[in-house]
Amino acid sequence: MLSPQQILDTYYLEARRDLLEIAALLDRYDAAVEREATPITDENAKLTMMRQALSQLSETNSPSTTRTADLLELFATLKA
Amino acid sequence: MQIIQPHYHAIARTTQDYERMAMSGVVAVCEPAFWAGFDRRYPETFLDYFEQISEFEPTRAAQYGIRHFCWVAVNPKEAENSELTQEVLRAMPKFLEKPTCLGVGETGLHKSTPKEFKALQAHVEMAMEHDQLVLIHTPHLSDKAHGTKKTLEVLKEMDVDPSRIWIDHVEENTIESVLDAGYWAGMTLYPVTKCSPRRAVDLLEKYGNERLLVNSSADWGPSDPFTLQECILEYRSRGHSTQEAIEIFHNNPCRFLGQNPKWDIEPIQLITAETV
Repeated sequence: MLSPQQILDTYYLEARRDLLEIAALLDRYDAAVEREATPITDENAKLTMMRQALSQLSETNSPSTTRTADLLELFATLKA
Repeated sequence: MQIIQPHYHAIARTTQDYERMAMSGVVAVCEPAFWAGFDRRYPETFLDYFEQISEFEPTRAAQYGIRHFCWVAVNPKEAENSELTQEVLRAMPKFLEKPTCLGVGETGLHKSTPKEFKALQAHVEMAMEHDQLVLIHTPHLSDKAHGTKKTLEVLKEMDVDPSRIWIDHVEENTIESVLDAGYWAGMTLYPVTKCSPRRAVDLLEKYGNERLLVNSSADWGPSDPFTLQECILEYRSRGHSTQEAIEIFHNNPCRFLGQNPKWDIEPIQLITAETV
């Protein structure tokens, strides 16, 4: 199994890429809102879900090995 | 759709790339001189490399109906070796005269060291003296913003025509300064460490298609020439027309590279049967 340092060394760049994709998606969404010039009356549930997920991931209080499962549970609350 | 791959390192790729690119509409590739993955020790090694990309690669590409063009330079990583850089620079003019050589590149910065600045200046000076186009590499990852800023500072002190210089590997934090200064900007699509196809389309939608190039820069590392086609698919799937795609992925390379008379591929315009 990999050491903590090896895990960061191995996966940092891919995580960086994935975070940039999320940032780009949010930028894309805001640009579309601005372009369409329609006021957003209620925030889209998918957007709220993503923000909540990002917020959960940014919590650094305690070690955890259930972040992925927690996010899956969170996403499961979104009704299609 | 006809596609031009403006930045592609054929010597690091198999012939199967050419075959698949030809099948997907690629009509021309341009190969700048770059780092081989190790620092070369002899100027002669560069000269053989320049022979390879100016003589041999066009024949390999031609088997699949693809035009192959090249650029020559000492890349920024090896520019740390000043003596070697000077010797290669002295030999470069004869390669600039080759029928498929489009200019000086890729030069630029890697770690933004004093020796790299000197080499960048020397390359740009040579290009201007020989009336050549210039292709400038910008650094990777966390060095990119600083390196791009320094590149623009170096160029600002020189007597250059920005419309004949392409600054490559721009991303969201560097594209604006490059375009504002009048240069052409290139977006490089890498699976992990550079721009992604989706982010490139975001930038195209934000900045329009003037003075923008998109390329895969496929080489010996984690890269894929078909990120370019992925980008075209993403662009088209967002509702942009075929002609708009042609403007970016075929005609813009023609507009920039066509400043060198050796580039004889013309921009194309779709017409319907009714308008003929």
